[in-house]
Amino acid sequence: MQIDLRTVSIKPLRHTFDHVARRLGADKPASRYQEGTFDVQPSDNLQYRPTWDPEHELYDPARTQVVMKDWYAFKDPRQYYYGTYTMARARQQEAAEASFDFVETRGLAATLPPDLSRRALDVLVPLRHVAYGANLNNTAMCAYGYGTAITQPCMYQAMDQLGIAQYLTRIGLLLADASELEAGKSRWVGDGRWQGLRRYVENTLVLKDWFELFVAQNLVLDGLLFPLVYDQFIDKRVANEGGAPVSMVCAFMPDWFAETSRWVDASIKTAAAESPQNAQLLADWTSAWLLRATDALEPVATLALGEDAGPVFETVVDAFKARAGKLGLPL
Amino acid sequence: MDMNAKKKLGLKEKYALMTRNLGWETTYEPMDKVFPQMDYEGIRIHDWDKWEDPFRLTMDAYWKYQAEKEKKLYAIIDAYAQNNGHLNVTDARYINALKIFLSAVPSLEYNAHRGFARLGREMRGVGPQVACQMQAIDEIRHAQTQIHSLSNYNKFYNGFHDWKHMNDRVWYLSVPKSFFEDACTCGPFEFIIAIGFSFEYVLTNLVFMPFISGAAYNGDLGAMTFGFSAQSDEARHMTLGLEVIKFMLEQDPANLPIIQRWIDKWTWRGVRLLTIVAMLMDYMLPKRVMSWKEAWEVYFEENGMALFNDLARYGIKVPDCAALIKKEKDHISHQAWNAFYTAGMITNFHTWLPSEDEMNWLSSKYPDSFDKYYRPRFEYYRQREKEGKRFYNKTLPMLCQVCQIPMLFTEGDDPTLISYRQIEHKGDKYHFCSDHCQHIFEHEPEKYVEAWLPAHQIYQGNCFAEGADPTAPGFDPLKSVLDYWHLDFGRDNLDFEGSEDQKNFAAWRQQATTN
Amino acid sequence: MSNVFIALQANEDSRPIVDAILADNPGAVLNEQPAMVKIDVPGRMTIRRSSVEARIGREFDLQEMQVNLISLSGHVDETDEEFTLSCER
Repeated sequence: MQIDLRTVSIKPLRHTFDHVARRLGADKPASRYQEGTFDVQPSDNLQYRPTWDPEHELYDPARTQVVMKDWYAFKDPRQYYYGTYTMARARQQEAAEASFDFVETRGLAATLPPDLSRRALDVLVPLRHVAYGANLNNTAMCAYGYGTAITQPCMYQAMDQLGIAQYLTRIGLLLADASELEAGKSRWVGDGRWQGLRRYVENTLVLKDWFELFVAQNLVLDGLLFPLVYDQFIDKRVANEGGAPVSMVCAFMPDWFAETSRWVDASIKTAAAESPQNAQLLADWTSAWLLRATDALEPVATLALGEDAGPVFETVVDAFKARAGKLGLPL
Repeated sequence: MDMNAKKKLGLKEKYALMTRNLGWETTYEPMDKVFPQMDYEGIRIHDWDKWEDPFRLTMDAYWKYQAEKEKKLYAIIDAYAQNNGHLNVTDARYINALKIFLSAVPSLEYNAHRGFARLGREMRGVGPQVACQMQAIDEIRHAQTQIHSLSNYNKFYNGFHDWKHMNDRVWYLSVPKSFFEDACTCGPFEFIIAIGFSFEYVLTNLVFMPFISGAAYNGDLGAMTFGFSAQSDEARHMTLGLEVIKFMLEQDPANLPIIQRWIDKWTWRGVRLLTIVAMLMDYMLPKRVMSWKEAWEVYFEENGMALFNDLARYGIKVPDCAALIKKEKDHISHQAWNAFYTAGMITNFHTWLPSEDEMNWLSSKYPDSFDKYYRPRFEYYRQREKEGKRFYNKTLPMLCQVCQIPMLFTEGDDPTLISYRQIEHKGDKYHFCSDHCQHIFEHEPEKYVEAWLPAHQIYQGNCFAEGADPTAPGFDPLKSVLDYWHLDFGRDNLDFEGSEDQKNFAAWRQQATTN
Repeated sequence: MSNVFIALQANEDSRPIVDAILADNPGAVLNEQPAMVKIDVPGRMTIRRSSVEARIGREFDLQEMQVNLISLSGHVDETDEEFTLSCER
């Protein structure tokens, strides 16, 4: 049976905004991601020099050495605008909340082997500060980057990293208590095994080239840290040794890493494909930061995996190099 | 470990662990290098731990509640589009207010987004960092929900079609553009006083009233919904603005004169910017919520004064400009509409003369000024229209070097005399609409000489269509400037009466309400 | 003493919150508009979680107010049990 639903049909004069149509090559319906992203950043006839950076304009592509003909060549494969972003994270946080709730109400933290719980805390709690560094760095990329297509997801990434720092805080409180957070902070500031990583984070906090910062933080550091800590340590080692509850409450992190890596990869790929100069620059940055990151993470790998650390970490580094190669970076 | 033996943490304690406890004193790089923007404005902060978090939303709660708001909002936007909600507005003239809104406001929100991102990185305390970051992400929400809500209007009406291109170029849009770019190029503390306090806290209700209540009152459910939805974020932003100013004032008495100067400057900058809102309330809403003057009295003279009374114990005084604004409240909306009506050839929206009923409403709301100064002008214009000699101003206005508004305001004590100030700086003459704008310039001439004034730029030949040759025979400079702006002559501009918008709206409404 | 105020969207979610405010804050003045309710209280306003819960018959997190909040004035103090607006910090 056919049902005729009668609505008033009026013919639109146009389907989208002109600046969007110019990018699509024709006046055709555009997605909310496109209308909310394309050219949204002011770009012409900028009024005053920033008092905090008089060498540049307020929005200036010259704050990085990466050169793009069009900064809207970047696409977020997830097509996140604020609405889709928050709705995606709301679903994830609901799942995370359910896991915390499950572990808490059943007292599962108390069932963990004490030495395993100790090891998880030793590794996870200082990582709060690493996530906070990543939060600041991505906020900087949003503030100083060029073009909404890439600065917008940087802001989302920044808030995600704050969320991760807060999940790690909750894990500390779940497996121990507030004093454990203080102890973790002391280790972050004073324990030799964490100093390489802290130096790395602090070095990135003063980087001026925001795209180099993107490489150092989102590609290299996260690209090693997440597979090492969440795949190798939490989901393989800790889960196998009776720590499934820890793996449950950490689930947000590996899922998030898999999702955001698609965006990081797409961004690097786009910049590298633009020109051989970009590709070389990105490769140089990646090599340099990779060297520092492997040094910084080795003691953390040992802390987590003990004598198996060497070979496991090697597989993580190898996987990373393969990933970089696929993105067009000749390391 | 016994779970129940654990001390239950309160919201404050927990939030502190979730935010400020994440930070540490850096040693591999000096803190001053990590936060390089903290010193140069002269603001002294001794103890960032004294910062009181205004709201204590952790990210999980933020995602949850914001997603809920977004779901509700987009459901309404979709329904509004599917039902041709635009045909339910009181009168198609109303849609012109939305054209101004789209051309001006999402870019402001976007600038706020990037400005707060910078503060979210540069503030030295984790508490204010996180609060600024949340505002940064909220502000891109506002830009996008505005674009998405008005996207449907663009499909059916003219003037919306190239808002971003126009925002960077069209003469009157340099007023909001320069306002926000001014703030964004300031140091972090001035930015947050400018936007967080002066704009969001002191003036935001004056923006909210006409747009949101105005939208509701004129049958625009879509705009009303995004307005309400954004406003719930504003509540957080306002409390941040208030917290920031109290925090800065409590940290060091030496901060007071600096902050007072910023409040004076940004209250004035903000009020000048709101001239267009005043005009919108009094002339562009077919159903009027309240007059600009009434809104000013309630939201600035009552609520704003209560706020300044509150801050008096820190030594903060009501900005000097309040006296002039009080005198101007009877005039600015009429003066602005007069300017736009006569400039109707170079606007991306339509203009019209108020009807007899509307003029009577204006008389009743402005008994001391409308009949005496403005009604005769509109009647004169109407007479000319009847004679087929609709008046269009064919020259470009002189602009104020600071607020970039054409010289259309009058002296506080003489509404028949244009207020005009001129000074010389390094051999060049600069013009101002008021003492207050002149003082702002005199304090930072090196900044304001860089202003990109559309009228100057046009006369210098910097605003012709791409590839245009001004030396070619028959070159039409006005047409070329309109092309540079992407303004579609005869569709975007000129009178509402006889416009394509007017005809389409009438035909579509007819189609929707009859068989 | 100045007023503090809170404005909420006029809907099903807001009604018990508004009732709780009116019950807990002597001197509260309710101003109902078509799409919005605004409540003014001299000096200080407290919203109690327990009062809202008593009206809705389920657990309530005061931060749920974010969804229907339109505007407020004054200094905010937020705990698990109470949400307070006051003129003085």
